[in-house]
This record gives sequence, structure tokens and C-alpha cells, in this order.
Amino acid sequence: MATFVVRRLIASIFIFIAATYLMYILVALSGDPLEDLRTSSAPNKQQLIEARTALLNLDVPPPLRYFIWLGGIFGLTGKGFGYLGVTVQNQPVNVLLGQAMGSTLQLVTLATVVAIILGIVVGITTALRQYSGYDYGVTFLSFLFFSLPIFWVAVLLKQYLAIGFNDFLRDPAIPWWLIVILALISGVIWMSIIPRKGIQRLYTFLIAAVATAALLVYMELTDWFSNPHIGIVGIVLSAAGVAFGVTAISTGLRQRRALRASIIVAAIGIAMYYPFMLFISYYLTFWTWVGLGVLAVAVSFAIGWFTGGADKAPVARTAAITGFLVAALISLDRFMSVWNAYANSSRIKGRPIATIGSSTPGLEGSLWVMGVDFFTHLLLPTIALILISFASYTRYSRASLLEVMNQDYIRTARAKGLTERTVVVRHAFRNALIPIATIVAFDIGGIVGGAVITERVFGWTGMGALFQNGLDHVDPNPVMAFFLVVGGLAILFNLIADLVYAGLDPRIRVS
Amino acid sequence: MSNIPPPVEQPGHHEGSVAEAENSIELKEIAGLSQGQIVRRRFFRHKGALISMFALAFIILLSFTSVGVAFGDWKSGGWWQYTWNVAVEIENNGRPTLSLFPFAIGNHPFGQDEVGRDIFAVVMRGTQQSLMIMVIVGVIATIIGTVIGAVSGYYRGWRDSVLMRFTDVIITIPVIVIAAVLGRRFGDFGAPVLAVILGLLLWTGLARLVRGEFLSLREREFVDAARVAGANDNRIIFRHILPNAIGVIIVNSTLLMASAILIETGISFLGYGVQAPDTSLGKIISENQVAFATRPWLFWWPGVFIIAIALCINFIGDGLRDAFDPRQKRMPSDRALARADRDKTPVGPAPLAEAEARVPRASGSTGMGTGL
Repeated sequence: MATFVVRRLIASIFIFIAATYLMYILVALSGDPLEDLRTSSAPNKQQLIEARTALLNLDVPPPLRYFIWLGGIFGLTGKGFGYLGVTVQNQPVNVLLGQAMGSTLQLVTLATVVAIILGIVVGITTALRQYSGYDYGVTFLSFLFFSLPIFWVAVLLKQYLAIGFNDFLRDPAIPWWLIVILALISGVIWMSIIPRKGIQRLYTFLIAAVATAALLVYMELTDWFSNPHIGIVGIVLSAAGVAFGVTAISTGLRQRRALRASIIVAAIGIAMYYPFMLFISYYLTFWTWVGLGVLAVAVSFAIGWFTGGADKAPVARTAAITGFLVAALISLDRFMSVWNAYANSSRIKGRPIATIGSSTPGLEGSLWVMGVDFFTHLLLPTIALILISFASYTRYSRASLLEVMNQDYIRTARAKGLTERTVVVRHAFRNALIPIATIVAFDIGGIVGGAVITERVFGWTGMGALFQNGLDHVDPNPVMAFFLVVGGLAILFNLIADLVYAGLDPRIRVS
Repeated sequence: MSNIPPPVEQPGHHEGSVAEAENSIELKEIAGLSQGQIVRRRFFRHKGALISMFALAFIILLSFTSVGVAFGDWKSGGWWQYTWNVAVEIENNGRPTLSLFPFAIGNHPFGQDEVGRDIFAVVMRGTQQSLMIMVIVGVIATIIGTVIGAVSGYYRGWRDSVLMRFTDVIITIPVIVIAAVLGRRFGDFGAPVLAVILGLLLWTGLARLVRGEFLSLREREFVDAARVAGANDNRIIFRHILPNAIGVIIVNSTLLMASAILIETGISFLGYGVQAPDTSLGKIISENQVAFATRPWLFWWPGVFIIAIALCINFIGDGLRDAFDPRQKRMPSDRALARADRDKTPVGPAPLAEAEARVPRASGSTGMGTGL
């Protein structure tokens, strides 16, 4: 295994160097870097041309200039290790890259995580309900999303979601016919997802529809959209739901110890609600907030571990997932509590969903206000990115689970009398994840490069802008900085995909 | 190649095992048919693919006959009264005249832009460009990918190492990035040149898949048999192995063509693709996205055509995948099983489609080596 990793690593490095060489030559030859100066009418035209030539070593032909650039990275030009050169405007590329990377990573991280989770969940449920209306519906939708140009979706989202929702927020009233339609839709969706037969499906439909309608009417009556909140009642209900739901999927409700641990964790979360909302949250910075989240998960894990008896690991896992979700719910409520103040602040002026940029200029506030600001800017690009990548994850996980469900060991598991939950979650789902894991690793490597268009449409100055500015000025340095990150990620995740595959599937021998 | 239609099996007398019943339906169904006929039958059973094929044919016909074709100086007129590069007087503030109730096409069904060009003609021209790019990319990428994959999979050794490392180098650079770089250099030369460039970039995934197919097929008995019979490498590759890998190749070329359309529109949107005065669907959207609030029709129609083309191609690809590789359709739903168990009446087409999926993957059968 070690030799395999080392050999793959060395091969990857050579491939990467070859790719950077190719890329450098192509960018350098894509146009004339002095074009704007040649056509200018400045009196000191000749001087400017000479200055730029000296700055960017334009007198050296590109195939050799590459090695000056490569030498800079290895610290041979005396500017320190990892020196990426300067742009046409004589700005250091390293600084630009740092800023751009932060912005792009913020943009793609959330979208990727949500798309993966959503895609796998939907893919799994469609595979389990194969040939149902739900399955056909999702299949059609994923083909549709697959065929959407992202810039086209982006403009529609801006127009209808952002501007439309902002208009709606001015006078948030849901008409009764919309409530009826949404309730019916939610009923149909739940009915197709939940495995029931005959009259029970009708009950599922009715319960889901009535619950949705009740929720919407409640929101309407309490003016929820102006003052969003979950509140202590909502937290108690949803924490209980989380405890039972997570246990049902993770270990099954028959596992009493897991259920007990989850309920204890949920109860602690509820008990922490008021101290957190009224006191603790005012003293948090971003990192202490993250730390608190980690602490919550760790404590939940410990509770599960020590009350788990003979089944320490699964009980602890269940309790930890419950703890994470309950902590996330409470944080969400805290974010919601500043919504009204945020939306009506002088910078926002009642139009909270942003269509462009990555943050409101000049806005200052607590962790929570800045968090909401971040969210409103991230909303549209995230939806656009999710729509595009969600489709392929759904298809892959559906195909993968169908393949596994037909294996002999699934029949064996059923034959020995295991519950459907155990068969699906423990025997089928885990094996279906093997191919999905490699595809996901492969995709993450490509997603930063793919975000170029998204960034441009939503006006994020990230890696895409670095790339485009560089290319427009025929300036290889910023383009190469962009490519070092994008190509590096692609190679790294390719390697990870191979290793994950070898690690997860003992049938694959690497030697 | 018998032309006798297979009798439709009535599964009523197979009361024991549903699986067995379905299996024998499948066997009867395909008895005496060539592989090509089986694939065609399965493909035509996929309704989405069939509808998509007609829709795509309609789009192709509409776009090429309406405004005619133009290559350089040579032009042939179409039946539509306006051309895509001539501005006419703006009527009714440029609003679209297309309406369904009552049905009317009017002078400018998709409206006009701010200088007065007829958007229907512009969109038709853009559709032509996108379709042409799609076909050129598909042909070039398929040929390169197949050849590289076949050579490295069949010969292995140093040829494999060199070709696959080369593939890795190209794969490392995201397509949109390298296409933008090359498009900036060659975009002025028009859509066909752009298509050739995209074709030279998009073959990598196909090459890897074909290589995988060849690696496993070259170990099969029918290849040994051919070699013992004295066939040379060329004959083995083209007459024996390639026909068995044709399913993978066709399915992936279709999907590749769908992504070629989206990539072309993407780089045209970034400004590195098709250049003025010519146009493409991505370019129309890119030019008009700021005008969405005032003239949404400039924006809707090109997008609708991009989606329609890409959606059709994706559905056709899905149909081909089902036809060539029925593995994904193996698990019949509970309902279908219960119905097949219970019913004494002839089984409709839906359980048949499920049943055929129970046959193990037969793409490598020896009989096919010289048949296709």
C-alpha cells in the first residue's frame, strides 16, 4: 500500500508539472500582452512597453519563461519560496490569490456539502421507491437540472427568487390558494417517500398536508417572515423529532439504549436553550462558536459511550448526530433572532436577499448579524450550484444502490430475517457508498474550477475573477496561480479517490 | 437475422417463480433477433428517448430550414422572412407576437431586440451553431477517445503508460478553463474552429472508459480464438473487440455532446467563444442578461432552446444506456412483482421492461464478435 501511494504521488507530481507547462504556454500564446500599449496614444508609449517587458520578462520566449516562473515557486529567484510573480499592474499574485481563495472556498464549500447530502438522500430514496411517480419525477428533474446552463438559472434566480422574495417580504402575506397548493404538494412528496401501502399512504398524505397547512397558517398569523423564530416550543418539538428520527435510521427504535441516549442529549440541548440565547451567545466569536459546536458533539458522544453498555459505538454515534443537529437548530434560532434587525438596518433597507457580491459593504455587527449577511449573499449562488451538481449525485447514488440491492448478500440478509432498515442502512447503503465516495472526491477536485461562471454571474471576486483578469491581459502569472490551486485540487482529490476506493473495498488490490 | 416477430409470452402458466417467468418472457422476446434488433427494440420502448428523438429532429429541421445556412460568403435562404443579422423597424416595442390563445405567430414571434433584429431568426441561427458544434465535437472527441483508449487498452505496456499519462495531463486542466484559454486565441475564426478545439479537449473521459472495456475484453476467449485463427491486431481490434465496446462508446458520446453544448454556451457567455457578428445561444444570453427586467424575451428563448437540446440529448443517451446495458433496470418494484404474481392476464409492457433487466449483461457474447 505504501509503495502504491508513493508511486501514485510521484506520478501525480510529474503530471501536474506537465499540465502547468502546457497551461503556461497556452496562456502566454493566447494573445499579445502589449496590445493595449501598442494601440495607446500615450507619449511615453515606448517606455511603457519596455517597462512591462522588463516586469514580466516578455523578452524571454514562453517555453523558457515558464522556467523563470517555476524557479520563482521553488525560491530560486530570491523572492522566497512559493513566489508567484506579479500581475500586469505590478500587484503581487500571492496576495491576490490569498483573497480570491478565501472568497471562492466560502462560495463552494456549503454548496458542495449540501449538494452531496441532498443528492445522496434523494438518490437513495428514489432507488428504494423505484418506478414510483416520485422516482420518475426526480429522474426528469435531474435530467432537467443537468441540462441547465448555470448563468441562465442565475438570472432567473435573481429575478424571481431574490427580487420576488424581497417584494414579498415588504408585505408578507401568503394567499390561501398558495397554502392549499403547498400542502397538497408536500402531502404527495411525503406519501411517495415514506414506505407505506394502501390506506396508510392516504394517512401519510393527509398528515403531511394538514401539518404543512397548519405550519403555513401559523407563520401567516404570527407574521413569521418578518420575525422568523423557532422558539422554545419549536425547539422542544424538533429536538424530540430529531432524537427519534436519528435513532430510527441509525440504530432502529428497538435499540433502547440509543433512544435513551438521544433523548438525554436532546433534553440537555433544550435545557441549554435559554442560557445560550440570553447569555452565552453574546460572548461568542466565530471560532468559539465552532468550538462550542465541537464540544456539544463531544459531550453527546461521551453520553452515548458511557450509557451504551454493550453497544458503545453505535449508541455514541447516534447520540453525537443528535447532539450536532440539536446544536445546529439552536444556533439557527439565534441567527433568526437578528433577522428583523438585519433586514431593517440602514444598509439593507428591507431588501435582504442579495443578488450580487459576497458581503454588504460597510456592514458591521455581531457574529450573528454577519452570519445572516453571509447567508443572504450565499443563498442564490449556492442554490444555482446545488441545482447543477445535485443531478449527477442523485443519478449516481440511485444507480449504485440499485446495483447493490440486487446482490446475493442482500437476499441473504433478508433471508435471515433482518429488518428492512438493517438491510438497507447497514448492508446496502454502506456498500453503495463506495463508488459514490470516489465520484464525490473526483467532483470536489473539479468544483473550484467549475465555479468560474457562477462567480462571474453573482459578482464574487474570487478565483474566477483572478483567472479572467489574467486571461484578458494575456498575463500568465495570475492564471497560473489559479491553475495551481484548481489543478492541484484535481490531482489531490484524484489521488484521494483512488485511495478511498482501495481502502473501502477490500476486493480492490493495489500493488 | 430472422424477421419472425417473437410471440408475446403469456406468463399466466408460470405460477411458481416470477423471476423464472420473466426470464423466459425475455428469452422468447429476443429469440432469433440480432443484437442490433434487440437494442433497437429496447431503445424504442424508452418513451422519453423516443419523444426526445422526435423533438430533436424537429429542432434541427426548424433551425436549418427557417433562416437557411451560411458558410462564409455562400448563403442559402430559408422560409423565414427575416435574417439573423439584419435589423428591421421595431414593431410594438419589440414585444413577441407569438400567442397560443388564439394561436398566432405574427411578424416577430420571439420579439425583437433593441436595434430591431428579429429574435426568432437570431435564436435559430444560434441553435444552428450550437447543433453544429455539438456534432463536430461529438465526432472528433469520439474518434480520438476511442483510438487512444483502444490502443492503450489493447497493447498495454509502454503505449498504455504514455497515452494514459497524457490523458491525465489533459484531465487535470478543467475543460472550461482550457476551452476559455484556447477560445480567446481561436474564437475569432468562427464556430467550426471552436468546435474542433472543444473536440480536441473532451475525449479524455471516453478514452479511459474505452481503455477499461478493452482491458477486460482482450482477455476473453473469443479474442484468443480470433488470434489462434490468425487474425492480426487490426482485425481483432476493429472486428472483434470494438463491436463489443460499442455500447459504452455510443452512450458516452451522446452524453459528451450534451456537455459540449453547455460548455460552448458557457465560454461564449464568458466572452471567449463565438464572436460577433456571428452568434450562438450562450452569446445571446450573455449580451442580454442586463435587459432581463425590460425585455425578458431576449433571454427566455435562447435558454429554452439550450435546455431543449441538452435535455433531448440526455434522454436519448439514457435510452441508449438502457438499450445497451440493462443492468440498472433489474430490481422490479414490489407492486410489479405482486401484480405479476397475482395476475392471470397477459402482462403489459411495463413488467416486460423490468423482466429483460434480469438477464445478465450479455454484451461480450462471442456471437457478436463479427456480427455487428
